[in-house]
Amino acid sequence: MVVSFYPAYLLRRLGQFVLVIFIGVNLTFLITHATPIDPVEQTIAASTAFGSTSPEAIETMRQSLRELYGLEGGLPQQYLVFWKRIALGDFGPSLSAFPTPVAVLIWRALPWTAGLLCFATLLAWCLGNLLGGLAGYHRDSRLLRLAGVVAMGLHPIPYYIVAFVLLIVFGYLWPMLPISGGAQINLPRGFDLRFIASVLLHAILPAMSLVLVGMGGWFMSMRSLVSNIVTEDYVTYAELGGVARGRILRSYVMRNTVLPQVTGLAISLGGIFNGAIITEQVFGYPGIGTLLVGAVHAGDYSLVLGVATVSIVTVATSVLLIDLAYPLLDPRVNAR
Amino acid sequence: MVRVLRDLLRFNRQFALGAALLMVVIAVAAASAFSPYSPNDSYVVAPDMPPGWTYPLGTTSRGQDVFWLASFAIRNSLLFGVSVALLSRCLSLLIGLTAGYAGGLVDRVLMSINDTFIVIPLFPILVLFYFVMRDRMSWVLLALVMAGLGWAYDARLIRSVALGLRVRDFTETAIFSGMSPWQILAQEHLPYVLPIVFATTMNNVNWSIGLEVTLSVLGFTDINTPTIGVTIYWANQYSALIAGIWWWIAFPVALVVIAFIGLFLLATSMNEYIDPRSRLERLGP
Repeated sequence: MVVSFYPAYLLRRLGQFVLVIFIGVNLTFLITHATPIDPVEQTIAASTAFGSTSPEAIETMRQSLRELYGLEGGLPQQYLVFWKRIALGDFGPSLSAFPTPVAVLIWRALPWTAGLLCFATLLAWCLGNLLGGLAGYHRDSRLLRLAGVVAMGLHPIPYYIVAFVLLIVFGYLWPMLPISGGAQINLPRGFDLRFIASVLLHAILPAMSLVLVGMGGWFMSMRSLVSNIVTEDYVTYAELGGVARGRILRSYVMRNTVLPQVTGLAISLGGIFNGAIITEQVFGYPGIGTLLVGAVHAGDYSLVLGVATVSIVTVATSVLLIDLAYPLLDPRVNAR
Repeated sequence: MVRVLRDLLRFNRQFALGAALLMVVIAVAAASAFSPYSPNDSYVVAPDMPPGWTYPLGTTSRGQDVFWLASFAIRNSLLFGVSVALLSRCLSLLIGLTAGYAGGLVDRVLMSINDTFIVIPLFPILVLFYFVMRDRMSWVLLALVMAGLGWAYDARLIRSVALGLRVRDFTETAIFSGMSPWQILAQEHLPYVLPIVFATTMNNVNWSIGLEVTLSVLGFTDINTPTIGVTIYWANQYSALIAGIWWWIAFPVALVVIAFIGLFLLATSMNEYIDPRSRLERLGP
């Protein structure tokens, strides 16, 4: 396949990438700086709630916390410091896991989230599109109609509830799968068979809840795309010309309908990420989501801010990657 | 309008089912007006009673009747979803119609911002917001923030319809007869996009209730206003599942799932109704 470069397209996508990060980071700045609540005072209030701390000690604490959080000077200066920290990936030390830097904590959790998310999203996307395509093409199949009903029933339910129900079913009613953690704790972490097997086993339930919810959306949109495209003249022509039905579905119908689904994947990535965070929390999976919720409960300002920022950057980057791969599938990109 | 609804009810099974499910949920929510107890009072009935004749859905460990608690909770959740959806509709209509009508640079700038809000993961941002606000977090505040963040997807849909309206003859006529752009948007274009607005409203209600449930279950909202999420939060606080008080969680969850499916069926059947191709398909080959 010949791939030429599409400067206009590339520039547009890169511009969008920069804009997402710019607006996202400004949102986090706005939330943390324009609200009436001061995280420094909150942390002080939380840590001096019990026992008596001398006023001098509180003043020293206030000073060092301001420095730590980059809250010194006027708003413009704080804004510049904010960006500088994000550019360097330096969010300061975490308060709940002092003195481990926030970046280290996030870096430790990110592979879990990335692995779970990639696997579950791709599986849901492929399965949903495949079944949806078949259901749109073979409209009389009873089995595929049933799949449609199931997809329709599961799709509107939020990730949390599906994960929660799975937790109840496999944790209490029929305890056969591990319901918490990323791997068995007492196993040495390394590339040996038992550890990998344990990681996979622990990923089943989180991945299953992501796939169950995610698949329905792809299924339904693919089904309606396919059932629209099968009425096109060129499909009728191919059918009359005696092209095998499997080939029509693969190369005539799916090849065209998969393109909007790729765009759809890029669009819904943010929502899928939200779902993954919540699912992780339900199953105690050691990824970004569990980290975030733990940080809120521990009152760890820099960790919460760090996770929020890293989430925005990660999702924006993944969307950019999908966008960059898009011309491989659709050579007409430049014409638009 | 009434006739369209009647036809939908009569000929579209999805629509009828969705409407029926939603009616059940609304009836339960409306029952909260007749509740003998306030939802915030605890120990008004014997705690931990399983479902039975006296308490059809059982009672909680905090001594609340699950039926009345759930009816308050679903009422608040629905109100929350509807207010977020209505508020965000204003934004998406304004932005979608403007972008579609103005076209060119305005369209491109607005849609870039729009796409940004589609992509940004909102959950971490909402958690950050809760983290900063803490005890000042209230139901109204959360609704405002979620409306401010959740308009983008539907604005794009509205814009794509508005884009087509711009080149139609009646728009030209309106311009030549001296209507201002705002008048054209409000009087000429708005009626055309209203059907999709209705369909997307249902989906947006679903989206916001879903996020609210998620945030509340983690305790990241105002946990003193009973919603479905807050109910699950308290049940978890009392380890209801481990203690075997399953009815505390099962009934509220079932109720909200019925609401989700009902709203979703309404949205998809309306979408199908709007899309002329699928309408032709239903007429048969």
